[in-house]
Amino acid sequence: MSTRGVSEQSGATPPGYFDAASTEPLHPAAREVLLAAADEGWADPARLYGSARRARLLLDNAREVVAAVVGARPDEVTFTASGTQAIQLGMLGTVAARRRQGGGPRAVAVSAVEHSAVLQSAAHLARHDGTTTTEVGVDRDGLVDPARFADAVDDDTALACLQAANHEVGTVQPVDEVGERCAERGVPLLVDAAQAAGRVALPRRWSVLAASAHKWGGPAGVGVLAIRRDVRWRSPLPEDERGGGRAPGFENVPGALAAAAALRARWEEAEAVAGRQRELVDHIRTRVPELLADVDVVGHPTRRLPHLVTFSCLYLDGEALVTELDRAGFAISSGSSCTSSTLRPSHVLAAMGALTHGNVRVSLTRDATRADVDRFLAAVVDVVTRLRAGLEAL
Amino acid sequence: MTDATLVLDCRGMRCPLPIIELARHIVDVEVGATVTVLADDPAAASDVPAWCRMRSHEYLGADDDAYTVRRLH
Repeated sequence: MSTRGVSEQSGATPPGYFDAASTEPLHPAAREVLLAAADEGWADPARLYGSARRARLLLDNAREVVAAVVGARPDEVTFTASGTQAIQLGMLGTVAARRRQGGGPRAVAVSAVEHSAVLQSAAHLARHDGTTTTEVGVDRDGLVDPARFADAVDDDTALACLQAANHEVGTVQPVDEVGERCAERGVPLLVDAAQAAGRVALPRRWSVLAASAHKWGGPAGVGVLAIRRDVRWRSPLPEDERGGGRAPGFENVPGALAAAAALRARWEEAEAVAGRQRELVDHIRTRVPELLADVDVVGHPTRRLPHLVTFSCLYLDGEALVTELDRAGFAISSGSSCTSSTLRPSHVLAAMGALTHGNVRVSLTRDATRADVDRFLAAVVDVVTRLRAGLEAL
Repeated sequence: MTDATLVLDCRGMRCPLPIIELARHIVDVEVGATVTVLADDPAAASDVPAWCRMRSHEYLGADDDAYTVRRLH
């Protein structure tokens, strides 16, 4: 069998990989566990013989570890096929339980800067279940005002959704404050914790929480859906006994265990990693406007994820920046319209009133160093200066 | 549609080109006068006001695809 394109390589992050918010390479702790669990956890966890019981044990173990880190009980946690699937099942299932035969509350409240998986699920509910979507705006820093969010939640709200932290600009949202208001009104709150899990302390006042293992250095193909025991949820899919009746199909036991190992390792090192990353991100936030004219550094200055920083360069094309920085050895992403398949600018940047073109999102892996960042800053200055040639007078 | 001193037709151009045109031609009008940019790239809706904020000009608003700016300096 050929697996062309796969080379014999260790799991070390290539220097210059600054797109951890898209995905992080496998954590060393997950690497060993993944291999061991593939050997030991291959059997069907739903069966009753020895190897099956072993697989079940590993799966239960994974669930316990993840539950402890996200602040849930083990029986509240289900592994899904992805973070997106966790969001879809979380939103559709919660709304399905709240809306019976078309009755019940019909509004879905979301912040304007949610991940597209949340916004698309809200649009899907509107098309197929007759819900309406209430979008709550953000300020210049991408921050939701909890009072404004609370005003958007009333007796007709079936579900509220607020991210733990924003995936494009890193702003950490006031979830617990919003969660308290939702709880007072008896409205379930879904929290997309994809960018925050394993990096910062998670909010506690959620009803449903979704996360994605490959964002914290676990393997791809593993999402986490946690639903509090007192929250009503009804599967939007055909009946299936797997995944506790919540996620369909045969469980990915090795993946779940490796995801749990990575999450525990990340959690144990979170403070040290975040401390290093905050210093590097602060350095980028300070240096970029000193080194370059006409740059908009976006995202909240203090209420932010440790590893992520975003800025936009006036007069530049995001695609050209991505391409030129790639040529210089740096992987970054961009929310500019020319880098999206729809040619629409990032809805996050637009909602913040930020410049959408010339956008660069830098997100550091756990082992990024000051030397990497300084090389990156030098490359950014060079690339921006070259791309702006002829536009200096503007 | 507009009584701006200068109208820049940037329809069919993708951002950042309409913003570059705006920056090039804002100096063609007197301080206090206005420039209207016609742009059908949806990014202009964010980028014209953001440019005004960054370059300290006044964003007067949009009428469909027409974005009007007052030169302040």
